Amino acid sequence: MDAEAEIRLTWIGRGDIDPDLLGRVRCQVERIFDRPTNLRVAHGPPEEALDRKRGQYSSTKILRWIVTTLASGSNKVLGITDVDLFIPVLTYVFGEAQVRGAAAVVSLARLRVTYNQRPAPPPLMEARLLKECLHELGHTFGLVHCSDSACLMSRSNSVLDVDLKGAQFCRDCRQRLWGLMDEEREQS
Amino acid sequence: MKFRGSILVVDDEEIVRDSLASWLQEDGYRADTAADGPTALAKLTQQPYNILLVDLKMPGMDGLQVLAQAKTLPPDAPVIIMTAYATVDTAVQAMKQGAYDYLVKPFEPEELSLMVGKLTNTQALRRENILLRKALKHQYEFKDMVSKSPKMEAVFQLARTAAKSSSTVLILGESGTGKDLLARAIHAESPRRDGPFVGVSCVALTETLLESELFGYEKGAFTGAAGGARGKFELAAGGTLFLDEIGDISLKLQLDLLRVLDAREFRRVGGTQVIKVDARIIAATNRELKKLVESGTFREDLYYRLNVIPVTLLPLRDRKEDIPLLAEHFLAQFSTEMQKPLEALSTEALEILMAHGWPGNVRELRNVLERGAVLARGPIITPLELELAQSDVVPSPPGPAEPADSLKDVERKHIISILKQHHWNITRSAKALGIDRVTLYNKMKRYQIREVE
Repeated sequence: MDAEAEIRLTWIGRGDIDPDLLGRVRCQVERIFDRPTNLRVAHGPPEEALDRKRGQYSSTKILRWIVTTLASGSNKVLGITDVDLFIPVLTYVFGEAQVRGAAAVVSLARLRVTYNQRPAPPPLMEARLLKECLHELGHTFGLVHCSDSACLMSRSNSVLDVDLKGAQFCRDCRQRLWGLMDEEREQS
Repeated sequence: MKFRGSILVVDDEEIVRDSLASWLQEDGYRADTAADGPTALAKLTQQPYNILLVDLKMPGMDGLQVLAQAKTLPPDAPVIIMTAYATVDTAVQAMKQGAYDYLVKPFEPEELSLMVGKLTNTQALRRENILLRKALKHQYEFKDMVSKSPKMEAVFQLARTAAKSSSTVLILGESGTGKDLLARAIHAESPRRDGPFVGVSCVALTETLLESELFGYEKGAFTGAAGGARGKFELAAGGTLFLDEIGDISLKLQLDLLRVLDAREFRRVGGTQVIKVDARIIAATNRELKKLVESGTFREDLYYRLNVIPVTLLPLRDRKEDIPLLAEHFLAQFSTEMQKPLEALSTEALEILMAHGWPGNVRELRNVLERGAVLARGPIITPLELELAQSDVVPSPPGPAEPADSLKDVERKHIISILKQHHWNITRSAKALGIDRVTLYNKMKRYQIREVE
């Protein structure tokens, strides 16, 4: 494996985050992608991504910011934030990623609450965060949404969808992922 | 990766275009963007899209104007209008002008997912339906024949004109040049298109079997004829009878056929009742009929009877300019059939195809590309996926031990070696050789190849 290629989980929230929670997510990410994974903290998210009218941050602008300020070489950078994300035509998104690219972003904002807007129990929130991190990183390696609703790569349009899907890639996506990672390794 | 379709996002705001394209790419769509109406329309003329997502308010040409123009361009992709200013009037106007639906910005992710998913699923079903219907009825038309060679265009023009008449057509051409496809296209364009298209391969059957196959037989006409049966001439009544491999029939059958074509009537084997012929005849062969006439193995009078409108299909090596076009046509077909995102051949792969001699013609090209499509790991087919690269393109230097092999010897040896490789399985060997089973049987007969070898 290319010594340079690693996964960087980067906290770009406005508030604080439990470092143990991120530590556990890091371990799972490293285990599942079999790639060195480390934790970082960066000053973010960028103010230019904030839409004051909507009170939300543009995930696309955050991705651009990650690419220009945090990404380097063949590393993957996943920004984790606590602000609510949107793309202009949609009311919200849980995250966004560059398909076969270097950057991805995940928001905790809607993962931290239950369906009736009460704080979600920490284990539930942790499971949701891990699923979304693996999902967005899957995109950066080239995976697209999967029609198997139990697969990690199925699209989640609501927190209910996130809860209903499994914490693993289906067999097809797993095989595709290994193939894509091999390809990426050959090209780098 | 499952290819789900292509979507064109038209919006004057860059961030809207980019974010929506990125969101759609995550779903497996190929998303393209255009900043204004004229750019979108220019893109539509260059390539087809499955869906158009168009912003209503744009400077210059607005969404409704784009919609109106897009509706005039093939393949008439469904348009979803996006608007931040939802009024009943604009929505009604958009729907009246033929928009598929409209979305009010910002919309729920689920709303967009469902709308786009429903549209692409319907389109996939429609495409599958067309393919299945076509395969079921073998309804191939001239538009299924692909060429930009002026000589082939002239051939198709002649065939199109011939289709309008009831005259006999003789299709000449090497194996794999598309004689069967052309015969079906002529039928599909003829006044008899609603009647049956009945094909018979004259080489696959023995003389006696072919006779009863063509003319039918009465009960007790021969041992085992427990009941009577209609022959191909009768089955093709009101339609077209396609006699393939006509150059391979026996002299006796040639005489029978001549009589039928002259008198336009026949009797079933063992029968007395005269039956009128009501079928248009199209014959085809890969043999040089004129030479067969000169050598006395084909009747001159039958030759002239069949040679009313001769149409000659060129071998692929003589129209290499068609290779990129045919490759594109087949890749689009395989992409739909296999639900794989096959977009193009790499430059190297195309060069290899252009350099090849194509003894098996278009059928061989189709087989090579089908293999490539199955093996392809991405949207671009590379030389690695075209097995042709190793086996066929690089000419091996002639071995000093066998310098005097004639072309026929080489062909015979090659056929035997392929048959051995495939344990004498005719279907697989024919596929590997890029010819059909009947042609392989023909060649085996001609070269006296039997399994004992």
